[in-house]
Amino acid sequence: MVNITIDSIKLSVPADSTILEAAKKANIKIPTLCYIPEIQKIGACRMCLVEVKGNPKLLASCCTPVFEGMEVVTNNQKIRKARKFVLELILSDHPMTCLTCERNMKCELQTLAGELGIDTIRYQGEKSSRGSDTVTKTLQYDGSKCIYCKRCETMCNTVQTVGAIYSKKRGFNAEVGTPFDLPFSDTVCTSCGQCVLNCPVAALKDNENIDEAWEAINDPEKITVVQVAPSVRVTLGEEFGMKPGTVVTGKIFAAMRKIGFDYIFDTDFGADLTIMEEGHEFIDRVKNGGVLPMITSCSPGWVNFLETFFPELIPNLSSAKSPQQMLGAMVKSYFAKKINVDPKKIVNITVMPCTAKKGEAGRPELSVDNLSDIDIVMTTREFAKMIKQAEVDFLNIPEEEPDNPLGISTGAAVIFGASGGVMEAALRTALEVIEGHELEKIDFEEVRGLKLDGAKEAQVKTKIDGKEVVVKVAVASGLANARKLMEKVRDGKADYHFIEIMACPGGCIGGGGQPKPTNTEIRKMRIEGIYSADKAMKLRKSHENPAIKELYKEFLGAPLSEKSHKYLHTHYNKQEYYKKI
Amino acid sequence: MACCSIDVGAILKDYSKEKGNLLDILHRIQDASGENFICDDCMKVVAEKTEVPLNKLYGVTSFYTMFSNKKRGKFVIRMCQSSPCHVLGAQAVINAFKEELGIELGETTSDGKFTIELTACLGICAVAPAVMINEDVHGNLKPEMVKNILAKYN
Repeated sequence: MVNITIDSIKLSVPADSTILEAAKKANIKIPTLCYIPEIQKIGACRMCLVEVKGNPKLLASCCTPVFEGMEVVTNNQKIRKARKFVLELILSDHPMTCLTCERNMKCELQTLAGELGIDTIRYQGEKSSRGSDTVTKTLQYDGSKCIYCKRCETMCNTVQTVGAIYSKKRGFNAEVGTPFDLPFSDTVCTSCGQCVLNCPVAALKDNENIDEAWEAINDPEKITVVQVAPSVRVTLGEEFGMKPGTVVTGKIFAAMRKIGFDYIFDTDFGADLTIMEEGHEFIDRVKNGGVLPMITSCSPGWVNFLETFFPELIPNLSSAKSPQQMLGAMVKSYFAKKINVDPKKIVNITVMPCTAKKGEAGRPELSVDNLSDIDIVMTTREFAKMIKQAEVDFLNIPEEEPDNPLGISTGAAVIFGASGGVMEAALRTALEVIEGHELEKIDFEEVRGLKLDGAKEAQVKTKIDGKEVVVKVAVASGLANARKLMEKVRDGKADYHFIEIMACPGGCIGGGGQPKPTNTEIRKMRIEGIYSADKAMKLRKSHENPAIKELYKEFLGAPLSEKSHKYLHTHYNKQEYYKKI
Repeated sequence: MACCSIDVGAILKDYSKEKGNLLDILHRIQDASGENFICDDCMKVVAEKTEVPLNKLYGVTSFYTMFSNKKRGKFVIRMCQSSPCHVLGAQAVINAFKEELGIELGETTSDGKFTIELTACLGICAVAPAVMINEDVHGNLKPEMVKNILAKYN
């Protein structure tokens, strides 16, 4: 520990802290743009300039380490002038189209311009011409808005180890983007959306589908069926100023009804169904010598990653579709028959924490009888916009229930939203099916929680056909962690039976489509929300869901049946590296 | 797009996997192309074999003006654009090159022989204004010298 003084406040902080980290402890606010807590400290944007006694120049507090006896001033006239000057220079190469910008009122750059009191733009001149990507289905890039903070670059290369984005060109033409200016869809991009989630401006944004959703709702010929993913219920509130992790499930259903969707279902039902299929697939693989470890396939960013970087492990991926796709397939078959409508008239719309889900919905493998399971995917952020466009008073709207029967779900489905949740839900069902009696303990704490570095592991004892077996499982989130784990599996250095991977750090609660900001602290609060929602459910095991039981009885027969395979299972293909060049 | 027949593997055999060899490798490939560029296919092979991801590799080739991912002439004329050369009349020399070859900056003559580019300081301000044509340096330039200089390159 070292002793320092910041703005006359005496502090004792760890010796490896930066000034910015120390200031945060004392609740002293320093503006930043390029900084990502714990992940990126590069001093590129110069917004966090502070004065250190004995140093004639202002220093970037995000990357200046503390030392014993350091005296720091974080705000005086010199600092304010310097920060304002830096911001004016950034703005001199910015399009200033705030009113029509996707991030209007929610932009970090705009907020700082307000806070620092920018009233005129003193520097006029040539603006750099950077590229754009408007063809990729999941996300969009507009280089003219980029402020070169490199947050996307660090997320893509360090946190996700995907490597679709990098700094390129030089001087006035310098840009952060894809090699050869390719559209993201032609690169190794997995559409995880972590770049979008961390962009301080709107240089990277969702490829929005809000208008398509409104059109479908307004088309009297169409029947709109909406579903909401598990994690969205603990994050959407943030878009309306609520605390991260607040469970707003009932409000979401109420808002959906007010917006005018014809049927309101819950992706949680799909999650319960995924557990039924995936759980039985796992039991089948263990009993009949199938390919192990079996790896979950719910996270489309993860599936893209595996298909691109580890195609040799495709046989390990569970063939079970993701909850979004399963529910979609059931709506257009089982439910369409039930309400006696032509499935072609149904438009399946989903609210997802995820940019990659937009890509998943378009996969040709994920359609049945030439009908795609899902038609329109909106992120949490897009759905919040839709609620605002409809002028729904989200904070005060009374809670409502989803429709039956595809709105009924269990706690096992809710936890799909956090890293470890799919594994825990699968264990709750698989172990009971294997052992043939109720489990005493259904909380698998070892696989829960936010682990940003490495994988979570657990061992579970059970009996299969009278023989004692130790089931070894591993859980990882964030693609850098996934890569490390897959290298072990590929090289035969791991003896796991079952692995859960989610592409985004912390799982879907930290998904690329979630509200901004998303950071470690907020991720933890959302995870707490997820497990409190699980605890509050009457039913907490997927196979106990009465609507699921009915679905198997009336329509599917049994898990892994021929019908199940037709509607609920899929296959995967190797993705070529940069196929268009 | 297959656009060259360079045996990248053979070039890479001369290098260990240590960091620091990349620029050398890229120069060798570019020189072997005969058109002063590194094609997309070569980029992919280099990325794969050196384990430098393609996004970073493109970061390198697009940063250094010596490299190009687009075809250039057999001879690249690099006119120094720094202040000493500028003060001593670089613009007139550039204009002479443009006029003589009938192309603008960044363009290549239709016979694929010459490309004109600007470059940062060549470090030979004592003989400004200066130009570099492939590996050769020409200093103390005057517009009327351009014709004779170009005649040396075939």
